[in-house]
Amino acid sequence: MSTPAIVIAGCFAITAAIKAVGPVALGGRDLPTWFTSVVILLSPALLAALVATQAFANGDHLAIDADTAGVAAGGLAIWRTGSIIACVVLAAAVTAGVRAL
Amino acid sequence: MGAPFAVAGGILALSFGILARGGGFSSIETIVFSAIVFAGSAQFASVSIVAAGGGAGAAIAAASLMNSRFLPMSAAVGPSFSGGAVKRAAKGQTVVDASWALSSRGDGSFDEHMLIGASAIAYASWVGGTVVGAIWGDKLGDPSAFGLDAIFPAFFFGLLLNELRSRRARGVAALGTAIALVLVPITPAGVPVLAASLASLVGLTNRARAEMLESEEAEGEPR
Repeated sequence: MSTPAIVIAGCFAITAAIKAVGPVALGGRDLPTWFTSVVILLSPALLAALVATQAFANGDHLAIDADTAGVAAGGLAIWRTGSIIACVVLAAAVTAGVRAL
Repeated sequence: MGAPFAVAGGILALSFGILARGGGFSSIETIVFSAIVFAGSAQFASVSIVAAGGGAGAAIAAASLMNSRFLPMSAAVGPSFSGGAVKRAAKGQTVVDASWALSSRGDGSFDEHMLIGASAIAYASWVGGTVVGAIWGDKLGDPSAFGLDAIFPAFFFGLLLNELRSRRARGVAALGTAIALVLVPITPAGVPVLAASLASLVGLTNRARAEMLESEEAEGEPR
């Protein structure tokens, strides 16, 4: 097998397993209170981390660059207008604009 | 609401197609990769490693770390899935960041139809974009010039603002951000986001649980 084929097969098997474990183990049950209480807080924790890493991380170092400016502009747009469309359009436009400078 | 992300996802997939071809993947391999793995950041990470001359083991390890966040995400959705174990395992495959966040009802449960529907659209644009990039990518310009890579973090930012109603949620978001940013320079990609999920363990405190029960009673509906 070629390297790409091994990589694809490996990624497929591991990703499928990661996504199946929780639903198989936890499906069709009543939730204990502690579980729900943690799950509710999982969204802010993971979303904040996704925003922070995508906006600030360039590989293994932190940097403020074009996409940081774009995400900041998008965040400002959704905070002031509540429009997710305005948010993403502005984010892309500002990022492209800063990159073109 | 799904339309801009389908477009953005398709264009990111297009740039993945171009990157993978440049990294030594054939057109067929590139397309199969998107069709059976369907996980943008993991695919980008593993292809970059192969392109830089790294081995299959390193590439798979990086992709696994990238996708490790799906462990807590799919576990969170698990109780909301109907059907037997095989069916739930299959439904679990539809968990991707954007549709996971969109389908969250905010009370710990998830709308499985919303999740599967949003993921189906994202899947079609992801595979479609990869096909275009893998086959015709050399004739296209540089997709990053359009700033589309900022769309996903901006979208997540919007979803995050919705989540920050309580003081506890704001604290957890701040803690998650801090954990992720501190770990970026010292751990492999993927670890920072997975580790940030630990911030949600704040929900284990007695006060957090008591407040959740109170808010359920205030809604007047047993779950």
